[in-house]
Amino acid sequence: MMTIAPIVSASTTLAIRSEDVCRHYRMGDTIIRAVDGVSLDVPAGEFVALLGSSGSGKSSMLNLIAGLDTPTTGRVIVQNRDLAKLSREELAKYRLCVVGMVFQSFNLIASMTLIENVELPLRFAEVDRGQRASIAREALEQVGLKARLNHRPSELSGGEQQRAALARALINRPKLLLADEPTGNLDSHTGTEIMNMLRGFNQQLGMTVVMVTHERALAERYAQRMVFLADGKVVDDRPNSLALEAQP
Amino acid sequence: MKLPDLTELALRNLRESLLRNSLTTVGISVGVASLVAMLSLGIGLQQMASRRLVKSGLFDTIIVSSRREMRGMGREEERNGPIPGQSRILDEAARLEIEQMPTVSEAYPDIRFATELRFEDKPHLTTVSALPQSAKGNDSFDGMQGLFFSSDTAPEAILQKSFAEELLGKTPPLGAPEPNVADLAKPLLGKELTMRYAQRAASSPAQATQGNDSGSNASGDFAGVSYSVVSREQKLKIMGVSDLDPESMRGPTRAKVFLPLKLAENLHVMQPTDLRELSRDNDQPVYSSISVRVKNPAQIQVVEDAIKKMGFTTFSIADASRGLRQFFGVLYAFLGIFGSLALMVASIGIVNTLVMAILERRREIGIMKAIGASDADVKKLFFAEAGAMGILGGMLGVVLGWAIGQLINFGTNIYLKRQSLPPEHFWAVPWWLVGFGIGFAFVVSLVSGLYPAGRAARLDPVQALRYE
Repeated sequence: MMTIAPIVSASTTLAIRSEDVCRHYRMGDTIIRAVDGVSLDVPAGEFVALLGSSGSGKSSMLNLIAGLDTPTTGRVIVQNRDLAKLSREELAKYRLCVVGMVFQSFNLIASMTLIENVELPLRFAEVDRGQRASIAREALEQVGLKARLNHRPSELSGGEQQRAALARALINRPKLLLADEPTGNLDSHTGTEIMNMLRGFNQQLGMTVVMVTHERALAERYAQRMVFLADGKVVDDRPNSLALEAQP
Repeated sequence: MKLPDLTELALRNLRESLLRNSLTTVGISVGVASLVAMLSLGIGLQQMASRRLVKSGLFDTIIVSSRREMRGMGREEERNGPIPGQSRILDEAARLEIEQMPTVSEAYPDIRFATELRFEDKPHLTTVSALPQSAKGNDSFDGMQGLFFSSDTAPEAILQKSFAEELLGKTPPLGAPEPNVADLAKPLLGKELTMRYAQRAASSPAQATQGNDSGSNASGDFAGVSYSVVSREQKLKIMGVSDLDPESMRGPTRAKVFLPLKLAENLHVMQPTDLRELSRDNDQPVYSSISVRVKNPAQIQVVEDAIKKMGFTTFSIADASRGLRQFFGVLYAFLGIFGSLALMVASIGIVNTLVMAILERRREIGIMKAIGASDADVKKLFFAEAGAMGILGGMLGVVLGWAIGQLINFGTNIYLKRQSLPPEHFWAVPWWLVGFGIGFAFVVSLVSGLYPAGRAARLDPVQALRYE
C-alpha cells in the first residue's frame, strides 16, 4: 500500500492554501472565468462550505483542490505542495492518498457490487486482495451497509449509494474530504443522515472537509465556515457561529 | 495496479458487453484460424515432401569414394589436398570407422557390376547392384510386385520394370504406353535367372592354375602378386518386379537387377578396385565406393564434413534439400501473409470495440481517475482487455484452425481413397504453431489496443465526470 504523507507539516496547520487562483476556459472566442482570483486558507480539521449559485465557480474550485484540474494562474497548495507543479502521475497519487471525494450523483460504477466499488481505490494502491476485502467490509459496516455488500448500485436507494460513496472516499483514510453537493440528489431525511456522517468524520477523525452546496441552510447547520462565491470570486468568507455553537 | 487485479477487472469489463466483445473475439479467432490453417498446410506439405524424400533414400545418403578413384579427373577435390594416388584407401576398416559415427545408421559397400543374366536360355547384358535389407523401406519399392529379399544372403533377385520388359520381349516402342507392372511380374515371379560373373579367387599362383566348375580361368602376376579370375554362375530366384527406378539418381550407371548385399559380397565379383589394390599386403576388401545412410537428413552435412576429414570424397544431394527448404521458407512467408490478412481485419475490430468501450465508459474512467487511478492504470486496463480478447481469440482460433485442417484432411483422404491412392497426412499443427498463433494474436491485439488505451488514459477527468 502507498504511504500517505501527512497533509499538515509540523510547521503549519494549514490544510489548503489557494493563492489568487484563476481557472479560465475558452469557448470559441469567449473566455469563461470559472474561478477568478480566489485566495483561501483552510486550516487542518476545518469544515468549510463553498456556497454560491449555479455557475459561481464553487465546483471548479473544488476540482482544483482535488487535483482533477489545474489552475490557469495562481497556486493551490495542499500539504505544502503546489498541485500545479505535480505531474499527472503524482496528481493521481495525490488523489489516491490525500483526497477522498463524494459527488452529487454518487458516481459508483454500475457494473460493480458495493464492496467492489469501495475497494477500487485499494486496487489502485496495490493493497493485497485479502486485506482489501476486510478493509472494504469494515468501511461499509461503518456506514451501515453490512447487508448490502454484494448488491449493485442500481439495487440501492440514493441514500445507500451516497453512503457507499462515502465509504469509498474514506477507504484510504484521506486527510481531506471533498464533497460536491453530497445531498443534492437525496431527500431531506437521508441528506441529514449523510451530513451527520460528514460531521462525524470531521470531528472524530480530524478530517478537513470542503463541501460545495447551494443550500445555505445545510451549510449553516454543519459547516464551521462559509465561503460565498459569485462569478468565480470570493464575495464573502465568514465563520458560522451556529455550527460552532452546535458542536458537541 | 497488480496484474491479477488488472486481469480480473479486464475480464469483468469484457463480460459487461458480452455480445460485442464475443463477436470481436470471434473475429480474432477467425483470423488466427486462417493463419494457423495456412501455415499448418505449408508445414504439412513440407513434412510430406520430407517424408517422401527421406523414404526415397536420396536425402539421407552420402556416396563415399576414395580420392584414388579421381586420378586424372582434374576435379577440385583432386587439385586440393593430398595426391589422390597417396590418399587413403576405402577398405573395410574405413567402412567400419564411418559406420561407427554416432549419426550414421549404416555404411555398406556399393557392389555394382555389369554381367550376363540368362533367362529361358537367352542371354541379357545388364548392370547388377546389391541392396541392404534397409532398402526395403525405400519408396522406390512402393507398388513393387512380389516380395523383397527374404534374407540378406538369399539367392534372390528383384528386377527393375524395364529389365522385366526386356526379359519378356515387351519393351514398348518410344512413345507407346508402358505395360502394367503387375502384368509383367505375373510370368516372372518365382522363375529362375542364371547370372554369370567373374569371381576374383584366392591370390596364390598355385590356386590360380587350378580348374573350377565353370572351367574358365584367367590368371596374372602384377608386381609379384598373383590373382585368379574365375567365371562362375549363380542361380537367382525372381522375387519382385519394381515399378519405379530405385537408382534413378545414378543416371546411366544405374542397375536394373538387384541382389541381397551379403549374397553379393560373398560372390566376390571382380571389381575395378581389385586390380588397383593388388599390391597391398592387407587382404581386407577394398571398395570403389560405399553408401552411407545418416539417421537424420539434417545431419548430412556434418557427416559429410567428418568423412571428408578422413580423406575421402563425398557426394550427396544436400544442396537440393537446401533449395527445398528455401522454397518452403518462401511458401511459409506467403501463406503466413495471406493468413495474417484476416487477423489484420480482426485487429480493426479490436480498435473499434475498444473505442466504443471508451465512449461508453467515459464516466467510469472519470470516476476511476477521481478516486486515484493513474493514466498508466487506465492504459493498462484497456491493454489488458485487448490482450485478453487476443489470447481468447488466439486459443479459439488455434482450435478452429486445427479443426478446419482435420476436416480438409479427412475430405481429401476420402477423395484419394476413391482415386485408389494411399491416404496422406498433409496437415500438421506443431506445438510451436499453437504458441505462435496465440502469441501473434496477443501481440496484434496489444498493438490494436495502443491507440484506444492511450486515448482512454489521456481523458480529462473533469470532462469525463460531466459525461452522461
